[in-house]
Amino acid sequence: MKSYYLTIVLAPLIAAIVAGLFGRQIGRAGAHTVTILGVGLSTVLSGYVLYQMLANGAPAENLSIYTWGIADGLRMEIGFLVDRLSALMMVVVTFVSLMVHIYTIGYMHDDPGYQRFFSYISLFTFAMLMLVMSNNFLQLFFGWEAVGLVSYLLIGFWFKKETAVFANLKAFLVNRVGDFGFLLGIAGIVLFTNSLDYAEVFAQREAIAGETISVFGGTPWNAMTVICILLFIGAMGKSAQAPLHVWLPDSMEGPTPISALIHAATMVTAGIFMVARMSPLYELSVTALGVVIVIGAITAFFMGLLGIVQNDIKRVVAYSTLSQLGYMTVALGASAYSAAIFHLMTHAFFKALLFLAAGSVIIAMHHEQDIRKMGGIRKYMPITYWTSLIGSLALIGFPATSGFFSKDYIIEAVHASNWHSGTTMGEQATYWIAYLSVLLGVFVTALYSFRMFFLVFHGEERMDAETKSHLHETPWVVTVPLILLAIPSAIIGWFTVEPVLFGGFFGDAIVVSESRDVMSRLGEDWHGQVGMLLHAFKTPVMYLALAGVAAAWYLYLKRPDIPAAIKEKASGFYNVLDRKYYFDDLWIKGFAGGGRRLGDFLADKGDRVLIDGVIVNGTANTVGKLAGIMRQLQTGYLYTYAFAMIIGLTALLGWLIWLK
Amino acid sequence: MLFHTILFYLFSAVLIGAALGVVFARNPVHAVMFLVLTFFQSAILWLMAEAEFLAIVLVLVYVGAVMVLFLFVIMMLEVNVEAVKRGLVRYAPLAGAIAVIMAAELVQLIWLEGAVTADGSFTPNPEGYDNTKALGAVLYTEHVYAFEIAAVVLLLAIVAAITLTMRKRPNLKVQNISKQIAVRAKDRVRVVKMDVESKS
Amino acid sequence: MIGLQHYLTLSAILFVLSIAGIIINRRNLILLLMCIELMLLAVNFNFIAFSRYLGDETGQVFVFFILTVAAAEAAIGLAILVVLFRNRQSINVQELNTMKG
Repeated sequence: MKSYYLTIVLAPLIAAIVAGLFGRQIGRAGAHTVTILGVGLSTVLSGYVLYQMLANGAPAENLSIYTWGIADGLRMEIGFLVDRLSALMMVVVTFVSLMVHIYTIGYMHDDPGYQRFFSYISLFTFAMLMLVMSNNFLQLFFGWEAVGLVSYLLIGFWFKKETAVFANLKAFLVNRVGDFGFLLGIAGIVLFTNSLDYAEVFAQREAIAGETISVFGGTPWNAMTVICILLFIGAMGKSAQAPLHVWLPDSMEGPTPISALIHAATMVTAGIFMVARMSPLYELSVTALGVVIVIGAITAFFMGLLGIVQNDIKRVVAYSTLSQLGYMTVALGASAYSAAIFHLMTHAFFKALLFLAAGSVIIAMHHEQDIRKMGGIRKYMPITYWTSLIGSLALIGFPATSGFFSKDYIIEAVHASNWHSGTTMGEQATYWIAYLSVLLGVFVTALYSFRMFFLVFHGEERMDAETKSHLHETPWVVTVPLILLAIPSAIIGWFTVEPVLFGGFFGDAIVVSESRDVMSRLGEDWHGQVGMLLHAFKTPVMYLALAGVAAAWYLYLKRPDIPAAIKEKASGFYNVLDRKYYFDDLWIKGFAGGGRRLGDFLADKGDRVLIDGVIVNGTANTVGKLAGIMRQLQTGYLYTYAFAMIIGLTALLGWLIWLK
Repeated sequence: MLFHTILFYLFSAVLIGAALGVVFARNPVHAVMFLVLTFFQSAILWLMAEAEFLAIVLVLVYVGAVMVLFLFVIMMLEVNVEAVKRGLVRYAPLAGAIAVIMAAELVQLIWLEGAVTADGSFTPNPEGYDNTKALGAVLYTEHVYAFEIAAVVLLLAIVAAITLTMRKRPNLKVQNISKQIAVRAKDRVRVVKMDVESKS
Repeated sequence: MIGLQHYLTLSAILFVLSIAGIIINRRNLILLLMCIELMLLAVNFNFIAFSRYLGDETGQVFVFFILTVAAAEAAIGLAILVVLFRNRQSINVQELNTMKG
């Protein structure tokens, strides 16, 4: 299997190198052929690996490939841990990536950076595979940073666009804040276990949980809590959880295919994956899980609200991504890791689908992204319309779609979690925040999803005549991925919900302490997919979703004057939403501005005055002045030097004889 | 032995007198002559210390070659002696002071410090001792490498002195051998095709 | 009995005289060179005296080399002097201060 794993990882890398360095020689067709072949190979092999595990019960493998270095007993290795968790992630990543590769042929058709783009997305696939297949923290961190780098490159792909450059810088800097925490978390792990290997670290988890570490003025904290929260800060950056979410909406400046691939389906789920992977550690710190669930809940609900006021088609989808990531995080916090990964998988399919559909609309509209200038596109683009409908239904959790199963079980898990049964005030408060957020989030999700859907595909046609005359369905390279993604979006939940959630699918990959094992408790009530569908009619979740759709229909198709009136009346609230809760102002004006002012101050006073003025030029000036004095000694006359030598000789001799 | 001692003091006195002459002579030619005398006296004293070979070498090489060279140069340059000697006295106190300090230091070292054993007498050389032979024995065996380097140093000095002083006269006609060898026929001969000219 | 101390003393006197000579004759390059020869002679005296005293010829070998180097030095020094005089029509040290800082 080792050669399979290596091929899975290296095929996209080689393709990326070929397309990136020899793009000029192999041309456009060559570039997309080689990268699609590379990623396609990875997809097939990943599928094979997963198939082997499911059908033949192949065991999880932990392979060490190469030892990079050993420092002070700390082994730095490259290795693969392939269990069902990573195998599932590999399939999701490579499949979505393959779809995006094919779709890109159509979307980037006229772009001068065609080869560069293919090289980047292949490179991204490589980095993401390194991340999910890693068996140690160092390689995890490598993959983590590498996907961040590729994300940066791709957001700024159109580097002549000023907003894109701003957005990629912002994404990079915000991720840096998260990575700082992540790195500290890894450092904490190394501090307590002197190992980077997952297996060794997990073996010592009880020992870490027994330690304390003093943070901020000597208060002792549980070491495990500190480590888990630090690692989660990394996840907050990568998975765009509040308050480090600000980069994700801006990242929509990049080309749509990468919005689908990176900023919806795969990279942003790295944080979720990481926390699930670290489940043995998180299970030992209830405090950290509390932080996780509250952050997730806040993100799930409040970011969804922002989706309602956005007018850019991609930004609406971006905010829905934030909200769905919040759901996954809530599931993690409720110890329902498998539900989180399940939602991650279904979300990858339907969110990629929605993004690609949005991209399809954008192509047809000649790169117009404002939904106020669309409408009634349904009859021009039937395939895009139907696939979008499937994606939207999956997103709101319409019964029997994939999103229904995953999202429903997250809500159920929160309801059944230890936070609900907890007795302390803190636990109860945490529960109500989480539960209300995810419940109301359902309504909000339905509202913004179908607001966008109705505004784009139904209603009156608001585009100008010029665009309208060119409006037609996009080419097959765009629609085929849409159809291929629509199929799993619609049905994958039905087929996988039972094995993934209740079949012990993940085996040892996810560790949940027995008292907190919410999913096995839910499993006792599992009566098959049909039973769940029937059960759905007894919970508020489905009615909330339908209410959201109905509200969207009424407000945006039937009576479009009402939203305007609300906007008029509640302008204060609207402004808060429109300015995204002022987070951007906080970060840009507060932190970034403060940083720049500090930097300016240091540059002026510290660098120019102190270092340049006093230390560098000051030294030179002092030496120069001294030399000016000293040069008076250099008369240039031979005898001066002779005298100096003689007197020196005499003095030295005298010192040796009399003074020493 | 007493005679030996008397001779030593006598020659030493002449030596010191000659050295004073070198330092204070107003005319450089006189100074060179005093220096020659100094070397002669030294050679005698070295003979008395049974360093016969070096004594002879000093006379032959120093007096015979180097001092003659000095004389040549002085006479060739025709320096205005008086002009150069002016202002001699100004630095005399400094010279005296440093000389006194240095002398005190050396006296301290030689006589008072006990760095040298009180009995500094020379042990007599064994019967049949041949200074030249003994010196040659070590020079050509133990120190042969240094000896050869010394030869190279002398060669270098010859080359350096000649290169420095060789005068390049502008109108002198000389051959440039390398240029002559490097010359090619096409540099010198030009074959010209001409039409036949007819007398008209 | 004439011994090591006598020779050393003589050498010291020569050395001191040559130092005084360097200071006094500071203007005249030829005399400076001659004083240096004198100084080397003083050093040679020391070597010979110690060689004789210790019964070791190495000291005399040293003198031999000093003589060689001194001869070379005199040759080159005088050559430089000649060139200098040819270029500047003077060997007055007072005029040679192009190295002034």
